[in-house]
Amino acid sequence: MSAATSGLPPLLRHAGWVLRGNPVTALAMLGTALLVLLALLAPWLVPYDPIASNVRMAMQPPSAAHWFGTDQLGRDILSRLLMGARLDLAIAASAVGLSFVVGAVVGAFCGYQGGWLDRAVGRGVDVLMAFPLFVLAMAMVAALGNRVENIVYATAIINLPFYIRFARTEVAVRRQAGWVEAARAAGHGRAGVVLGFLLPNILPNIAVQISLNLGWAILNAAGLSFLGLGITAPTPEWGIMVAEGARFITAGQWWLVAFPGLALMLAVLCFNLLGDGLRDILDPRMRT
Amino acid sequence: MTTPLLSVEDLRVSFSTRRGTVEALRGVSLALPAGGVLGLVGESGSGKSVTSLAVMGLLDRAGRVTGGRIRFDGRDITRAGPRELRGLRGAEISMVFQNPRAALNPIRRVGEQIAEVLRAHRPLTGAEARKQAVELLEAVRIRDAARRAQAFPHELSGGMCQRIVIAMAMACAPRLILADEPTTGLDVTTQKAVMDLLATLTRERGMAMLLVTHDLGLAAQYCDQVAVMEQGRIVESAPPAALFGTPRHAYTARLVAACPRRDSTIASLTPEAPPRPAAAPRKAPAPGTSPPGTPLLLEVQNLAKRYPDGTVAVDDVSFTLQPGESLGLVGESGSGKSTVSRLVTRLLDPSGGRILFEGGDIGGIPARDFHRAPQRRGVQIVFQDAGESLNPRFTAFDSIADPLRTLDGLRDGAALQRKVEDCAEDVGLPRALLDRFPHQLSGGQRARVGIARALAIEPRLLVLDEPTAALDVSVQAVVLQLLDRLRRERGLGYLFVSHDLNVVRMLCERVIVLRQGRIVEQGESTRLLHAPAEAYTAELVAAIPHFDPSAAPQAAVACS
Repeated sequence: MSAATSGLPPLLRHAGWVLRGNPVTALAMLGTALLVLLALLAPWLVPYDPIASNVRMAMQPPSAAHWFGTDQLGRDILSRLLMGARLDLAIAASAVGLSFVVGAVVGAFCGYQGGWLDRAVGRGVDVLMAFPLFVLAMAMVAALGNRVENIVYATAIINLPFYIRFARTEVAVRRQAGWVEAARAAGHGRAGVVLGFLLPNILPNIAVQISLNLGWAILNAAGLSFLGLGITAPTPEWGIMVAEGARFITAGQWWLVAFPGLALMLAVLCFNLLGDGLRDILDPRMRT
Repeated sequence: MTTPLLSVEDLRVSFSTRRGTVEALRGVSLALPAGGVLGLVGESGSGKSVTSLAVMGLLDRAGRVTGGRIRFDGRDITRAGPRELRGLRGAEISMVFQNPRAALNPIRRVGEQIAEVLRAHRPLTGAEARKQAVELLEAVRIRDAARRAQAFPHELSGGMCQRIVIAMAMACAPRLILADEPTTGLDVTTQKAVMDLLATLTRERGMAMLLVTHDLGLAAQYCDQVAVMEQGRIVESAPPAALFGTPRHAYTARLVAACPRRDSTIASLTPEAPPRPAAAPRKAPAPGTSPPGTPLLLEVQNLAKRYPDGTVAVDDVSFTLQPGESLGLVGESGSGKSTVSRLVTRLLDPSGGRILFEGGDIGGIPARDFHRAPQRRGVQIVFQDAGESLNPRFTAFDSIADPLRTLDGLRDGAALQRKVEDCAEDVGLPRALLDRFPHQLSGGQRARVGIARALAIEPRLLVLDEPTAALDVSVQAVVLQLLDRLRRERGLGYLFVSHDLNVVRMLCERVIVLRQGRIVEQGESTRLLHAPAEAYTAELVAAIPHFDPSAAPQAAVACS
């Protein structure tokens, strides 16, 4: 290891090593970072107001003034894309965060304790999984009302079974491990063992799930708004943009739908590719 | 002199790893005559398994032969291609692996698996192969062979599985058998039966055997030549009597000393006991001489553990332990010794009986609530596999600090730092290693972390569940010395659980022999070892492989 990198903290040095071995992960990480940065800085980056319509400028193809063109109301597509990224990423992140926290904790307790809790939660998860998940999300949003929070809750609930099952199995195989018994001998109660020992140990494996899930969650949020549930026009959001743009594609005005579609695809791709590398980075056993 | 069956000349093997190239073998030379038995002994990482894998052409992708030569029957097979190796493997050279269950296909009947090996090398019909498979099972002394041939691996015991693997290895009458730790993980009595069988069969059929093992006693008993490996080199090679009687190389001498014999003491395990300025003994009552009126440290009455499926793990076990006394609990797998250790440590709930710790009944407190009981800090445990018992996400510091944080309520800061460093120093763990993760520590260092963690909150009773079973003998010697010293300095009571009567004897005044959850015999440890009253104990004692200077020549004669 060269002198330039030896001064870095071990995690960073290790991350560097993993990324050198996995250029795809490095690329995905770069893409994700760029996406998040653009979303965060969107209000200061946008060249035009994403909501104000300007009928005189409607349906302009991509040009120097409007890089990605304008839509049927003359709104700048680039500005709407950037602001939409903000909303879509926020929805995906909070939905996945919610289902991860709740699912991992519930699943870990089920896996550690077994017994009635495990059986009850297991049946509940089975029932949830028996529904077509997207239809379930649609029904929830339709019932609860078209609000951003409700999209988050619906997305979180349909992701929940995966986290519960995953955490449950991962904990169940470690339940009898020597270090779990050692933790009990060191005076940790059930909650201490589960939250302090088992959860951190299954985190690297869950990280893969999280990153895959972010991709799904974005698609899910965009899909709901595409169908007219959840976010409503004129709010800039990728799903709505695709839905609105789709009407014009037959007339040859491709840019209305192509750019939001591309943004969606890239975001999902980045998150999916991120997973494997993330696990390697987070696992201290991979560090030497 | 005739050409040896297997000759290895100046063999070099390298592995490419993340940290560059690692030389696993640095010029290994050995010769094995037809029908001979050569033992390859060494500690973990010495390169003994790599040698046998290289001979078989089974090095994994990262490994590469960088120099030297392997000849089998005069033929150079150093870089034999897959086709040539397929012809050799099974037919000329075959292998017996360490873990028999992993070597057998779990979803196929064992008879079929043997028949498959036969048909791979010989033109046989299915019926002929099946018939020969049954004959082979009879040859490895499996009773009721025709019926057992229909069994799946999981229906057979570990020793039985290893016999099947041996039957597969011998199926095509190879001239060389590579046995890589063939009995590690088996009980001593099973180990003896399997090794006796291997030795007899190879002798009867004129096969040569390369026995790779970490157990010097085993090598002494079954080989006519023993080569000692250290760091990818053979440091000494001699007949067992000479090697163990008058070792020439310093490493061999150290290894021989570290290997417990019937007359070894804790101190004799290392050539020179490290003179360590022992801290002033805090309280060191001579074992068993506590003033009258002191309650027993531990009293176990009619302890039982039954599982809902009807298995009885522990049945009617009673014993007592004085403060500062050390009691051994010996048994083979399934004897219930680990269950007893977890019942006493209150990690498991008993189904019957009482556990009294310093006069207070702790058996009645449910295991899941015991972490809140005041006695939690009084009873601690050191686990078998130190690597597996350390949280992979904790540094050594965190592992040792953990009980201090939970049970002593220490917060991060100078006090905790000092306490952890004191604990590390007590067990001889260098301070610089405290920020390492378990996988960055060696086996011996991990064992020290495990011991330091258990001792950090100063328990009165320490349950040691096979604390040295996963360690090399030289590390085992040091850890045993450490445990012995700590006990004397602190007046700790030990409940030492082990499968190795010989190790237990050195550390414990009294020993209990368990079998199938029941006490077979108990008594003073030297008496038990030299004059066992029960047949089972005698069998256990006899099965321990060892090299008696007087007995070694006979063993060599028996093997040749």
